[in-house]
Amino acid sequence: MQTARLAKERLDDLVRLLRERGYRVLGPRVRAGAVMLDEIDSAADLPRGVKSAQEPGSYRLVDSADGRYFDFVNGPESLKRLLFAPEETLWTVTDGEVRFNEAAAEAPPTAVIGARACDIAGMRVQDRTFLAGQYSSHTDPYYAARREKLFLVAVNCTRSAGTCFCASMGTGPRVREAFDLALTELDDCFLVEAGSAAGENVAKQLPLVNAPASDRAAADRAIEGAAKSQVRRLDSDGIYELLFNNLEHPRWDDVASRCLSCANCVMVCPTCFCHKEHDETGLDGAQSAHKRQWDACFTLGHGSVHGARLRPQIRQRYRQWLTHKVASWIPQFGVSGCVGCGRCITWCPTGIDLTEEVAAIRATPGLRG
Amino acid sequence: MARNPYLPMTAEVVERIEEAPDVYTLRVRLRHAAERAAYRFAPGQFNMLYLFGVGEVPISISSDPDEHELVDHTIRAVGRVTEGLVRLGPGARLGLRGPFGTGWPFAVAQGRALLMITGGLGCAPTNSAIEYAIKRRSQYGPITIAHGVKRPQDLIYGARFAAWEKAPDTRVLLSADRPDPNWRGRSGLVTALLDEIDPGLIRDGFTLMCGPEPMMRSVAENLLKRGAALERIYLSLERNMQCALGHCGNCQFGKEFLCKDGPVFPYARVRALLPVGGY
Repeated sequence: MQTARLAKERLDDLVRLLRERGYRVLGPRVRAGAVMLDEIDSAADLPRGVKSAQEPGSYRLVDSADGRYFDFVNGPESLKRLLFAPEETLWTVTDGEVRFNEAAAEAPPTAVIGARACDIAGMRVQDRTFLAGQYSSHTDPYYAARREKLFLVAVNCTRSAGTCFCASMGTGPRVREAFDLALTELDDCFLVEAGSAAGENVAKQLPLVNAPASDRAAADRAIEGAAKSQVRRLDSDGIYELLFNNLEHPRWDDVASRCLSCANCVMVCPTCFCHKEHDETGLDGAQSAHKRQWDACFTLGHGSVHGARLRPQIRQRYRQWLTHKVASWIPQFGVSGCVGCGRCITWCPTGIDLTEEVAAIRATPGLRG
Repeated sequence: MARNPYLPMTAEVVERIEEAPDVYTLRVRLRHAAERAAYRFAPGQFNMLYLFGVGEVPISISSDPDEHELVDHTIRAVGRVTEGLVRLGPGARLGLRGPFGTGWPFAVAQGRALLMITGGLGCAPTNSAIEYAIKRRSQYGPITIAHGVKRPQDLIYGARFAAWEKAPDTRVLLSADRPDPNWRGRSGLVTALLDEIDPGLIRDGFTLMCGPEPMMRSVAENLLKRGAALERIYLSLERNMQCALGHCGNCQFGKEFLCKDGPVFPYARVRALLPVGGY
């Protein structure tokens, strides 16, 4: 389809159409002082005129008079929890017979309005971990069930937050793949394009009118402007050799003195996939549920073998996280584990900025602590 | 639809063999005939064993791959799951997923002398390799089994060492770091045993190692000084594993996932990162 215009007051038609098609519709909603992804009944539930002011260790919502829907850029949640559940039962087992029963993934058809380029890039990174293909031998059936039923209404960012650096990671601010519909918000309308057959079908029922070339030019300018306004960048050139040749660099001690090992960065990261498994046995002991739960390389238990702690020092845990995220991820999955969403910077309680940590080592390679 | 790779199969303990205090071998058999018929493994691979209500742990397969209906797992009771597993007697049921991981590269080792150098409980993953090579004796050169323990009572598989010694063209060398008056092997670290091995076997042979990482590092570096070929030194590593599918992240070692890229690695591939604490 051609890029088309959707009047702002008709955004609710999109929500209604998706609901009619049986999707639960999630969109940005303000909760606890942040923009979260929650279920919406209509476009009236979406925040308008809200911007986020994001800096290392700081996230504040600010009201603006312009009434725009999507200038908040992003909140702490990516698409991750919708596909890779924070906690779920993998199977149950009965005592005595020890018979295993597969647990069905909770996978209601879900449409998300407002997925950003970084969110979609993060999902594509997790696809490489959880779906069988060149980088994984096994499909995770729980992830796959939800992934198949996901309808994405993406939004091209026309504004960047202070911690964004997707432009330097090549992942945004324009959405390039794996979306069903993509919106670009202009002053008086949304520009709509379809990215899939399912998206085309929904678009056909929307009250769209052809967009003049001037609209498309305005959208391009706005997206390019968002890219240019980004103040952070991560230089991935030769980053594997850089970091793995500098594992004893004094900067690791420096960052360890600021890191609380709280794992906030992991929880907000759209690509972190580590998890742990545990059993929950019923009170009568007749049945047990085998569950998995998000874990992080910042916990002491992560990677530890029969009680021996693998990474007792925070320095080792931060180093594991950063060297994996931006460096060893590349040989593992053919892509960086960092999509430049900046969430780990915003949501770090002490404002640790991974782009600064990498730059510090790049500036003084070969130093030893 | 592919089988859910997270879902264990039901297995049954056939025999429980006490190897040493806190170390037992569980001989298990899959319950369902179709699963049993399809099950094959290579020396060096591991299974995830599940104890009802407690959890799953990765355990190396320690038996011969030709016998794939009865599969041995040598288990040291060191945690919640393993302490329970070693208490299971004949008839008890457990869960099994596997096999997982890379095996020892026996195709590459064809025609060469084999050096099996192990320490501590490290002989479990090499155990099936030794059985495998001894059974196919004509395909390999002389076999040297060098095993080091801290104290004599740490020596498990005592009877198997005695049996291997009797195999044709096979030598067994044992050392104890802290020997007692009854110890008949050498004294000192396992590296001391390298002096006893014909330098020609070290230069041309194929080395398989298992045991504590500092031990394997010092053996590997020592072998290299004696002219061994870097590309013919292999080792088996151990890390925490929760899923064995490359999904949970616990077994990462730099860019490697032990569960799918290992646990058997060429030494060259892990040499740089092995001395760095925290990987």
